Amino acid sequence: MRAFRYHRPADVAEAVAVLAAEPQAAYLGGGTNLVDLMKLGVQRPDVLVDVTRLPLDTVEELPDGGLRIGATVRNSDLAAHPVVRRDYPVLARALLAAASGQLRNMATTGGNLLQRTRCVYFQDTGKACNKREPGSGCAALHGQNRDLAVLDWSEQCVATHPSDLAVALAALDTVVEVHEPDGPRDIPIADLYRSPGTHPERETTLARGTLITAVRLPPLPAARRSTYLKVRDRASFAFAAGSVAAVLDLDGDVVRDVRLAYGAVAHRPWRAYRAEEELRGRPFSPDLAARAADAELAQARPLRHNGFKLPLTRAITVRALTELASS
Amino acid sequence: MQGGPENTTTIDERHSSRVTVEINGASRELTLDNRTTLLDALREHLDLTGAKKGCDHGQCGSCTVLLDGRRVKSCLVFAVTVDGRSVVSVEGLAGPDELSPLQAAFIAHDAFQCGYCTPGQLCSARGMLDEVSRGWPSAVTGDLNSPADLTDAEIRERMAGNLCRCAAYPHIVAAVRETAGASGTAATR
Repeated sequence: MRAFRYHRPADVAEAVAVLAAEPQAAYLGGGTNLVDLMKLGVQRPDVLVDVTRLPLDTVEELPDGGLRIGATVRNSDLAAHPVVRRDYPVLARALLAAASGQLRNMATTGGNLLQRTRCVYFQDTGKACNKREPGSGCAALHGQNRDLAVLDWSEQCVATHPSDLAVALAALDTVVEVHEPDGPRDIPIADLYRSPGTHPERETTLARGTLITAVRLPPLPAARRSTYLKVRDRASFAFAAGSVAAVLDLDGDVVRDVRLAYGAVAHRPWRAYRAEEELRGRPFSPDLAARAADAELAQARPLRHNGFKLPLTRAITVRALTELASS
Repeated sequence: MQGGPENTTTIDERHSSRVTVEINGASRELTLDNRTTLLDALREHLDLTGAKKGCDHGQCGSCTVLLDGRRVKSCLVFAVTVDGRSVVSVEGLAGPDELSPLQAAFIAHDAFQCGYCTPGQLCSARGMLDEVSRGWPSAVTGDLNSPADLTDAEIRERMAGNLCRCAAYPHIVAAVRETAGASGTAATR
């Protein structure tokens, strides 16, 4: 591992200023991903700016009924928060479906959103990877791509985003509060992540050195009826083979509103707008849910080893929505 | 918030740091390369070899310790970040000549074979039982808004961060179940 200097900033502005002054500095949150990538030689920062003692660790109920979650709130504390459990079960479920008890005690909200892909080629410095080393190629495209993308990939990169939390936040139309070198800004989560295109090394729209300070959930009473379904290769402690975040609002049996987002299918958490459009205004049935998933997945281009993700994602869409409809 | 791009923040130019940390109730001071993990600090600098290095990537759980009372994987924590904090390793779960109820239950239920994962299992179970007593839900909890019964399925899910290559899992579950029942940790209270 490359030797590094360590800095604990006094406030957010100082943290951002250090990143602006030090081109190879990185923020350190819970460390559950970054420390591992440093051991693997995938990330080689020369300064770590430890943001975990900044006053960003509170969950605050907002006057409009929404919820503001500080960037350093740990995943386990967020999942256990009574308001999250009551008003945004999709969020609590997504957090609880991720990692292990120890890692949830460490991982932060902001760090979770900015974690890197678990594509095995990205994590292996002996393999070609345009995300790790732009221009070096993509060993995954024709390699062991079972875990990788079926939607929106490019010849340069077929990686998926690994976060469960981000999928739930995408479904909830979350606003991400950031502090850029120029000052604070709000970014809708739909605008946070990038498609891989020809620059898979750029994963978000954030300028270098930007610090996520909080995420803000808008009030969404319908989210009381919401859930997160995740399918893994083993019962627990694994990344998703497929996942769905779902919010369902029924008027009688007619879908008044619905929010759907998929995990493990693309370079970003995948908001399923086409599926939502199919569902809205129609009487709910499992068949309708299946047709909605098909409409979304019609644009998919599975790779050699991951075609199973299409029927899997379709099946969990039907199951999640049917459970919500009958709850 | 003060400062800005022109501020005069100075970063310590050294690649090592002075770290003060409370380990198993005693304050310890160390000068460590910043790359030193908490696990290596315990094992290589403090001669506390209970916490084990299994995968060293946060996947096996054998390095689990309690940091400010919460279970974490010490292989993914840089020691410099725990300056001023409190760590309990397996050596601190009970006095030198005694067993905690959890440790006694592991022996009574034959909850290990080779024993390599056991220190991590013990620290993880200790932290997990605290989480249960605080009413934290898990992925297998049916109703998120009421305390979970600590069923075997709950124990298995909550202990998923600790692997046992000898596969002593049924006995580990039994030891944790008995400890939880004896201390009234389960949802009955």
